[in-house]
Amino acid sequence: MRTAIPTVIVLLALAPCRAADKLHVVATTADLAAIATAVADDAAEVTTLARPGEDPHFVDPKPSFIVTLNRADALIEGGAALEAGWLPPLLDSARNPRIASGAPGRIVASEGIALREVPSELDRSLGDIHPFGNPHYLLDPVNGKTVAQTIAKGLCAVDQARCATYQAGARRLAEAIDQKLPEWQAALAPARGAKIVTYHKDYNYLAARFGLEVVDNLEPKPGIPPSPAHLAELVPRMQAAHVRVILAEPFRERQTLDFVAEKTGAKVLLLPIMPDGKAATDYIALIDHAVRQLAEALKG
Amino acid sequence: MDVAFRPSRLRAVMVAVLLIALPRAPRAESLPVEQMRRELEAMKEQLRQMQDQIRKQEELIEKLGAEKTPAAPAPAAPAPVPAANPPRPWSPTQPIQLFSTGKSYLNLSFDALVDAGTSTAKDVRTIQRGDHDPNQRGFTVPNEEIFLDGAVDPYFKGVADIVFKLDENNDTEVELEEVYLTSTSLPWNLQAKAGQFFSEFGRLNPQHPHAWDFVDQPLVIGRMFGPEGLRNPGARLSWLAPTPFYSEAFLAVQDSQGASAFSFRNTEGPLFGRPPVARSVRALGDVLYVPRYVASFDLTDSQTLVAGLSGAFGPNASAENTQTQIYGGDLFWKWKPPWQAGGFPFVAFQTEALGRRYEAGAAAALPRETLFDWGLYSQLAYGFTQRWVAGLRGDWVSGDRGSFRPDPDRADRFRVSPDLTFYPTEFSKLRLQYNFDHGQLAGDDSSVWLQAEFLLGAHAAHKF
Repeated sequence: MRTAIPTVIVLLALAPCRAADKLHVVATTADLAAIATAVADDAAEVTTLARPGEDPHFVDPKPSFIVTLNRADALIEGGAALEAGWLPPLLDSARNPRIASGAPGRIVASEGIALREVPSELDRSLGDIHPFGNPHYLLDPVNGKTVAQTIAKGLCAVDQARCATYQAGARRLAEAIDQKLPEWQAALAPARGAKIVTYHKDYNYLAARFGLEVVDNLEPKPGIPPSPAHLAELVPRMQAAHVRVILAEPFRERQTLDFVAEKTGAKVLLLPIMPDGKAATDYIALIDHAVRQLAEALKG
Repeated sequence: MDVAFRPSRLRAVMVAVLLIALPRAPRAESLPVEQMRRELEAMKEQLRQMQDQIRKQEELIEKLGAEKTPAAPAPAAPAPVPAANPPRPWSPTQPIQLFSTGKSYLNLSFDALVDAGTSTAKDVRTIQRGDHDPNQRGFTVPNEEIFLDGAVDPYFKGVADIVFKLDENNDTEVELEEVYLTSTSLPWNLQAKAGQFFSEFGRLNPQHPHAWDFVDQPLVIGRMFGPEGLRNPGARLSWLAPTPFYSEAFLAVQDSQGASAFSFRNTEGPLFGRPPVARSVRALGDVLYVPRYVASFDLTDSQTLVAGLSGAFGPNASAENTQTQIYGGDLFWKWKPPWQAGGFPFVAFQTEALGRRYEAGAAAALPRETLFDWGLYSQLAYGFTQRWVAGLRGDWVSGDRGSFRPDPDRADRFRVSPDLTFYPTEFSKLRLQYNFDHGQLAGDDSSVWLQAEFLLGAHAAHKF
């Protein structure tokens, strides 16, 4: 027992020191991780909690996340209550003051973003409305620039020695977005004003950026699966508005999507909302993929 | 444990604590103290500058906000220019914002359960022994809880859980079920908890009834921990071990008396045909000790396993110097594919086995002074499509065979319970459950229970 105590102390002291002295950054979702990777370049090891293809509202708070969070130097969360259903108990268990609420290592990506659809009153009879506004803001590439800035600022606060690296990374990503933006806008210019329907309110920022009009959602209310009554009312409206594309995340069930597509003649376009390592490996590729797919679907 | 620290060792410990507790920013441990001090000064200065900047920006925002006229966001309009809203530097005097309510110091929620149903049992209470189970033909209002939680200050989180329920005569009963604070800033991956709380024994005991997968508690939990579950005032320390996988050790020290310490100093009724002994706390051994170790492994991207071992040790009220030891093992496995939507589909398997060694002391009704009994439950929950979960639970409890006169707390029993739950949203549920009961004393019984739940207020974030 006499030797056990110092041994334990040494083990504890060693625990936070990791190989290659890289900053350990944890991102809740893959889109944030993609931006963080672009910002930090090789200076940080970025870990993602949610799997890229899953519904980000319903992530299981696996105990292994507690370990990841316990050893994190910085945590990037989407904010706007996107992770409210699963992140708080993990943070309680992780007991990591570096990423506690308000600590420099706690980076809230939604800060600085003008959130859309901020409800004026909270009423759950209207569905599971996010109290701070729509949190799916990263499909607007201009918001991607803001988030890169926020992340760079946050990482600088944690790791000043490599602040220049982070700032350069954010600048590089912003430049890449600026360079691509006219190209993306040109690709979707012919579709400007086109009417679309989306399954969930995941694509509103994308639509707003490129001048598409979201007529309605297949969900009657946020978080409520499509009901026959809602679809019966929506289908004629879609026909009247000449909706040509129905956008949905790849994890949505196909049956309803195919049913509505068949009734209205609209095309179903499954568009990843996260870089999934398949259709898109980084943030630019995610937007690029979305724009190209949309332009193709809305052509003619 | 070697408690007598020599001063030199104490100093070494303190330095280690400091090294761990310091912000990671300047890679502190490799820098000399002088340089650290300089960097700290530089950081302080930067913080001051940032605060000034923020103050200026806030004034600017206010000015801009006053000028701007509100406009309805048109769907086709270009996105508004992001407003400058820089993160504020943290200070200990600043209130911490809570996750789900934003501008509020605490999360407030109210969770209500209502049961209805019927049973072939003559007295439903003989087979439904849990305090939050449906316990009569007709309606039961078993658990209506007000849940408050939030950050107390930068050092503690606070939780209060107050339960209301109606008894058989529709009189309102109130229970101070849980009231505790949890530390948020202890070093060495430690966390302390103090107050009145459910002991972290196994998986089900610390869960509140609305988080259960069935309308009633498993038989073995009722046997070992009684109608109320194992919960008492006390303190608990937990340690997140520095293993590559999740593993955590807990040790709780709690009061050992009352109905909420059922197998311990519980003087509610006669024991083995004798009145219980009201023992007072005279030594450290007279309180309740609840150790637990739990570990978890991600078997694949979609499968997670959690396994734990628990114990509960303390004196009982059977005689002057008698003790109770309860041991438990628990296992939880969950599959949730990487393309889940709304949390579905999933399959979850959970099982707990508990054994109890009860020193009863000499009694005419008992052939032995020490009794051993055990039991287990296993349950499977299958979220087969969005919003729907089908469940199946098997319960089995067994006593020291034929050891004494008919004892409802140790006779053999088993139960099979299929159930089906519909979750309109994560804020409500409707559940239908069938129980087939077989008991050595009670014979066979069938029961059908319906349950409705609603949740008001802050989003309930569940643990895994």
